[in-house]
Amino acid sequence: MADKKKSVLLEIKDLKIEGYTGEEWVPIIKGVDLTLHKGEVMGLIGESGAGKSTIGAAAMGYARDGTRISGGSIEFDGMELTTASESERRALRGKRIAYVAQSAAASFNPAHKIIDQHTEAPLHYRIQKRLEAQEDAMELYERLRLPNPKEIGFRYPHQVSGGQLQRAMTAMAMACRPDLIIFDEPTTALDVTTQIEVLAAIRDIVDQFDTAAIYITHDLAVVAQMADTIKVLLKGDEVEEAPTEEMLSNPKEDYTKSLWAVRSFQRPQKARPKDATPLISVQNVDAAYTGGVKVLDDVSFDIYEGMTVAVVGESGSGKSTTARVITGLLPPSNGQVLFKGEPLPASYLDRSKDQLRQSQMIYQMADTALNPKVRIADIIGRPAQFYSGLEGAALKARVDELLDLIELEPSQYYNRYPPELSGGQKQRIGIARALAAEPTFIICDEVTSALDQLVAEGILRLLDRLQNELNLAYMFITHDLATVRSIADEVVVMQHGKVVEQGPKDVMFKPPHHPYTDLLLSSVPEMDPNWLTTLLEERGVDNVGESADV
Amino acid sequence: MGDILSLVLKRLGYGLITLLVISVIIFFMVELLPGDIAQAVLGQGATEENLAALREQMGLNDPAPVRYFEWLLGAIQGDFGASIISGERVSSVIGERFMNTLFLAAYAAVIAVPFAITLGIIVALLRNTLFDRVANVLTLTSISSPEFFLGYILILYFSVKWGMFPAIASLSQDMTIMELLERTFLPALTLVLVVTAHMMRMTRAAIINLLASPYIEMARLKGTPPWKVIVRHALPNAWAPIINVVALNLAYLITGVVLVEVVFVYPGIGQALVDAVSKRDFPIVQACCLIFAGTFILLNLAADVGAILTNPRLRHPK
Repeated sequence: MADKKKSVLLEIKDLKIEGYTGEEWVPIIKGVDLTLHKGEVMGLIGESGAGKSTIGAAAMGYARDGTRISGGSIEFDGMELTTASESERRALRGKRIAYVAQSAAASFNPAHKIIDQHTEAPLHYRIQKRLEAQEDAMELYERLRLPNPKEIGFRYPHQVSGGQLQRAMTAMAMACRPDLIIFDEPTTALDVTTQIEVLAAIRDIVDQFDTAAIYITHDLAVVAQMADTIKVLLKGDEVEEAPTEEMLSNPKEDYTKSLWAVRSFQRPQKARPKDATPLISVQNVDAAYTGGVKVLDDVSFDIYEGMTVAVVGESGSGKSTTARVITGLLPPSNGQVLFKGEPLPASYLDRSKDQLRQSQMIYQMADTALNPKVRIADIIGRPAQFYSGLEGAALKARVDELLDLIELEPSQYYNRYPPELSGGQKQRIGIARALAAEPTFIICDEVTSALDQLVAEGILRLLDRLQNELNLAYMFITHDLATVRSIADEVVVMQHGKVVEQGPKDVMFKPPHHPYTDLLLSSVPEMDPNWLTTLLEERGVDNVGESADV
Repeated sequence: MGDILSLVLKRLGYGLITLLVISVIIFFMVELLPGDIAQAVLGQGATEENLAALREQMGLNDPAPVRYFEWLLGAIQGDFGASIISGERVSSVIGERFMNTLFLAAYAAVIAVPFAITLGIIVALLRNTLFDRVANVLTLTSISSPEFFLGYILILYFSVKWGMFPAIASLSQDMTIMELLERTFLPALTLVLVVTAHMMRMTRAAIINLLASPYIEMARLKGTPPWKVIVRHALPNAWAPIINVVALNLAYLITGVVLVEVVFVYPGIGQALVDAVSKRDFPIVQACCLIFAGTFILLNLAADVGAILTNPRLRHPK
């Protein structure tokens, strides 16, 4: 695939893009070259802030609000986009270059039917009449293995699941049979089991129509399935580019190697202490939200002192609801939660200060979990003051000690505010805030899923160190099985509000599995570029489209 | 659709309860006003016997709650009692005037609402251009000037200097619809100038607020021209706030026109209210207040229902 001797479709030379900070223009892309041939798929990979999406948009001659193309050239099929007029550039979009966005749910207009959004470009460019365009849409829906292809387009976006929407958006990008499609993290927001279906559908259709594509992602294993060549970016600069196989087997630059090595962190697995009382024991818990929809059904598991229990499952499986029951935010309709063998009051309102102190939470979005207008010292100091009654110099000493624990220099961070910090630093502050209460048990709700892989690894290592030093127990909610592999002692697998399987990690990762665990495990993309092909053959391609997400 | 119906019925129920509470407030506020109605009717020279007889006749000796329920019962049937001054039924005094006010409000609304929304869309499309700024300055100027001032300016130019439209909007029975529209053009234009700015600016803000949405970027990246991005992709999602501000302004067109009616000597309900207050004609004051309150509640209800109906998530449940 990689050595197609075809003509050049897109040639970007020394591209420079600047972004406006509110005060000045700063460089975001610092001179990137990119050559894409007809029918070729290039993977752009890098951490957030690498400029992947910005380059993707620039390939369409588009600069997002607050950015501008400040230098270099973008030549698409003989046309120079940087000097073309806005209407000339616009005439390419949707017709010859199409775009697939990260969140289909947010990128479909809620006010219009899916098929009306699909046919907008073909009608606008007078390529097809309405009925023709609709029939073509249905055919594309069928090729992308959407259920009820004749009917699904006449629904509104909110009536269709995320995985289906993402496929419908790929179909929409295909509407005018473009020469190039920009895929901007198209599966990042999806569960692993859904991701496979979307990846397979995208790959097939790009193959069928011989469309060139730029595939933007931060997930190496995903890009390995999709791309002929991979380009690695770091802070607006190119690190290296090579054909996929070569890039995976023989990365040249240190940065690339470090990306490849991310999944290597693994801490030794601990066994349950003998004859001990579990620190937290969730017993036969049922729970429902107002409206009576049952979201937890007979959930039971134990967490022992100093151990990490990973709770895994797709979105909607009840992981976070379980956390809400344990913390008392959502009193269960049945069952109870024991702390060191003593039942905890169902609602947090009835729990004593000491009971509250014992269980703390760290959240997925450190951005929204920290008040942007409060000093770091006060964010961390407040729980220390509230639970331990520290004041004045003692309080300051405690905050310094906590900042030391999370490896941030106290004198530098004491007086700063959350918006001045990076994502990883914010998450560290979230951890320090949880530690300030001196808990024995911390619920980590997807704490690394919003972070880049290298940063996430740093957080995992920190959590591991803290566990060893402070003998903490963790309940680690995640949908990322790589994270489970690196830090869990025990695993609880949830689906539709029930626990389908649980046990020590080494046992859980070895067959035989519960069928759902098996589906989850086998759906995690692997670095092997043939992984998706092999998996689809094993599962039988025909049933890929109609599994869990229908 | 069952969901929407129950939502609408619920809103309607709340509206009725609000109206009931307001009727209590109106009735007892008037009750609290100093002075004796019988005294006001008969004047200073009345004897004690005459006053007592009149009080008996008007039912003023009954306890307040009893009178309230009698009044409410009548009001529900459209009977607001009799004017203290003239003895005419309140409904016949203000009925025709209320229709006149409604006519003027409708006249102004038919011009102002499409004009304001269209202008709002255009300035959203041409945001931060000279046109946007000029439109902003002009509409802000018109909203910041008192209505009577605007009215007199219009009279000065359109009637006195150019003689295009009459300065006085008095009505008579035998006017044709064209005459009527001509006669009431200046008061209607005054009202248009007063309400346009608010609606236009809200339309602009509601649309611009949505321009950062991913689906707007998607529309742009599909090659959709800018005007279509606004009209087809942003506007349908901006209706809820726009409808709300339109309803608020429609209510203002009915309840806030007193000054305009006075300037143009237009026989509307606002004038009737002012007259009644100065003459202590309480039944008329109560009836006007209740009608105003009802108008506000009804239009807000319509806005709520409109917002619900333009929300695709509610219109097309899963």
